[in-house]
Amino acid sequence: MNTLAAVTQLLEIVFAILAAPVFVGWVNQCRAWLQNRRAPSLLQPYRGIHKLFHKEAVIAENASGLFRAAPYVVFATMVAAAAIIPSMGTRLPLTTAADSIALVGLLATARVFLALAAMDVGTAFGTLGARREMMLGFLAEPALLMVIFVAAMISQTTSLPMIAEHLSGEEMALYPSLAFTAVAFTLVLLAENARIPIDNPATHLELTMIHEAMLLEYSARHLALMEWGAALKLFNYACIGLTLFVPFGVATEAQGPVGLLLAVPVLGIKLLVAGAALAVLETVSAKLRVFRAPEFLATAFLFAVLGLLVHLLLGA
Amino acid sequence: MAGTPLDLQILNTLAAILLLLSFSMLAQRRIVTMVNLLATQGAILCLATVLLAWRTGENHLYLSAALTLALKVILLPWLLHRLIRRLDVYWDTETMINAPSTMLIGLLVVIFAFGLAQPISALASTATRSTIGIAIAVILLSFLTMITRRKAMSQVVGFLSMENGLFFGAMSTTYGMPMVVELGVALDVLVAMLVLGVFFFQIREQFDSLDLHHLESLREDE
Repeated sequence: MNTLAAVTQLLEIVFAILAAPVFVGWVNQCRAWLQNRRAPSLLQPYRGIHKLFHKEAVIAENASGLFRAAPYVVFATMVAAAAIIPSMGTRLPLTTAADSIALVGLLATARVFLALAAMDVGTAFGTLGARREMMLGFLAEPALLMVIFVAAMISQTTSLPMIAEHLSGEEMALYPSLAFTAVAFTLVLLAENARIPIDNPATHLELTMIHEAMLLEYSARHLALMEWGAALKLFNYACIGLTLFVPFGVATEAQGPVGLLLAVPVLGIKLLVAGAALAVLETVSAKLRVFRAPEFLATAFLFAVLGLLVHLLLGA
Repeated sequence: MAGTPLDLQILNTLAAILLLLSFSMLAQRRIVTMVNLLATQGAILCLATVLLAWRTGENHLYLSAALTLALKVILLPWLLHRLIRRLDVYWDTETMINAPSTMLIGLLVVIFAFGLAQPISALASTATRSTIGIAIAVILLSFLTMITRRKAMSQVVGFLSMENGLFFGAMSTTYGMPMVVELGVALDVLVAMLVLGVFFFQIREQFDSLDLHHLESLREDE
């Protein structure tokens, strides 16, 4: 069984790294269809990354080592996060190292480095983006933690694979608390990944952007890693959501290699649906003013706490 | 949760949705959406009533479900929409407190309601006793909706939502009120709605707005 676990782990990491840009491409494609535009190719993010890797890196004169290191740190933390999310199988050697709270910590680490790097060069836009990102972060993180706590309370463990196993294992049961937290999680996902109600991933309009503002000073391979990292972040969030709310089809220990074989296409289908849903959400909503963002995230927090309360009251 | 029968699970879920709708009503800025939320709340209530009737075999609950459907899902929202069109108050929004604070207060109210319901739930013998807390929360949240709004329209929506909460509370504690009481309340609500509709026109005639703080001063020269 140990080799199977190792294979699952390896497959999961490789799949996450390779599929993340395609997932972003899929979301963009769906959005284009919904907006009556001709869709870019599914591989467009890959082409962008490929192009960036072949360019010469330009770095500001006063940039410190932190600025140079940040892309690698961000990318590495996202890969590490992908490794501990049980998107395919619940028996992963690396998941014993970190539970869901540590996962939130990992995501926070990436955010801190991104913000620090953005402030490092000292341009106005970078600082502005970093401040906004931190503001969103401090509002989104408690909501995300609350979401995870609800799932953890239902399954009596904070380990993500155990949660997935518990939720997918037992017979079909309705969890109103999970429905609440699913809404909260969706709001957090939108805010954390610079999606439309909070930030527009397709624009470079200076005054409204958050994520893009932090990347302005980056070029070439650094930018490529940052964008790949951002794609991985979206992919990770989607996988966390799938693990918590639709954990069906994830390979458990009992199923053996067959489970893993089945888990890969199931994950693919789930991601396709999730991406299409994300595109629909983004298309039907309008960008919020930055000052309304706290309200948006307060709603997310509220939903998560409501989920917790409903769980305590109904035991469900 | 795993041991509970499916119909009870669905009932619990419907109860949770009711709570959610109350919250969205509290946060909502547009009066048209508030009315739609009210209609949805009525529909969920109707579903829950039918389910409970089916589960317990209490036939009079079917009747009250039909009453809910006719009155709270179709007639009242239609009346409200017509009023909104006539009064031209699509953007009836002003809240007293900003949205995040309202939500946080709402959260405290829910915690209070759940705490309040605990001893009642322990005494009740119905299968739906765990949802009593939600019913109380819905009532208190509707109160809060009424308190935090200035305009008459949103206060009326809050009032109707409170009635939904009361109905749901009666359902979860004792499988519904006696038919006579239920009919009486339904009629009362309908009449109140009609009277309030007339009132709206009068208020607007007098003050050129539906803002209720105009009614607070007793003399005109103040």
